[in-house]
Amino acid sequence: MEQVFFFYFAIVIAVTAVLVVAVRNPIYSALSLLIMFFHVAGLYVMLHAEFLAAVQIIVYAGAILVLYLFVVMLLNLRQDDRYHRQWPMVAAVGVTLVIEAIVLTAMKGWTSPVVAAGTETTVGGVGNAEAIGDVLYTTYLFPFEVASLILLVAMIGAILVAKKHIGGDAPQL
Amino acid sequence: MTIPLSYYLVLSGIVFLTGVVGVLLRRNIIIILLSIELMLNATNINFVAFSQYFHDIAGQVFVFFALTVAAAEVAVGLAIIIALYRAKSTINIDELQLLKW
Repeated sequence: MEQVFFFYFAIVIAVTAVLVVAVRNPIYSALSLLIMFFHVAGLYVMLHAEFLAAVQIIVYAGAILVLYLFVVMLLNLRQDDRYHRQWPMVAAVGVTLVIEAIVLTAMKGWTSPVVAAGTETTVGGVGNAEAIGDVLYTTYLFPFEVASLILLVAMIGAILVAKKHIGGDAPQL
Repeated sequence: MTIPLSYYLVLSGIVFLTGVVGVLLRRNIIIILLSIELMLNATNINFVAFSQYFHDIAGQVFVFFALTVAAAEVAVGLAIIIALYRAKSTINIDELQLLKW
């Protein structure tokens, strides 16, 4: 039963990921990425990361993708976008990576690595969100603060870059 | 756990490869940013799969930080795209050659 769910999620994720790149209309691209985000959230639930599944839907599907769609519709793109002329290089990079993946898989086989004993708070036992918060606010407190600083810098940077003039001229869009 | 770890890694590899190809192949900057999102999601799947497999919740914490970086990247990237579109009236990267020498 678990395998049925996994293969459903995996196939939909792979197909929508390819669609994001292959479809010509950027809106269809963004919408297939939305479907992919939902199925990745389903994969997280299968992996017992329920809190991350909720965050994936709220932040990725709810905030990031809406921002993308907003910009796509703001710019009102024409559909004359074709693939890049440098596709031989793309094929070279892609084929190289595929061969590398196949070689690595063939070398290591399909056996799973040895399970190490968890040093941090283990998954399960207490609730998932509780366990994450426990680790996030003790062991990773400093990276957490740095992340908030990154968000602040990104917010100020986005406002400064997208704003036409600080003095406040008439917008040209 | 009935699903082996390798299945998740292969799925993540497929998604990451698709993102790399998208960055190299497409000419629309917005699609390129979407492909970067694909790559970030592939690493997130990896993180969560390993976190579950090793029973160590630190992997899920790092997904949080990846999410933070993704949000910041999207905000700044889209702001840059809007500024570029104002200046050049295009977002086709073949026509944006300001930094080329």
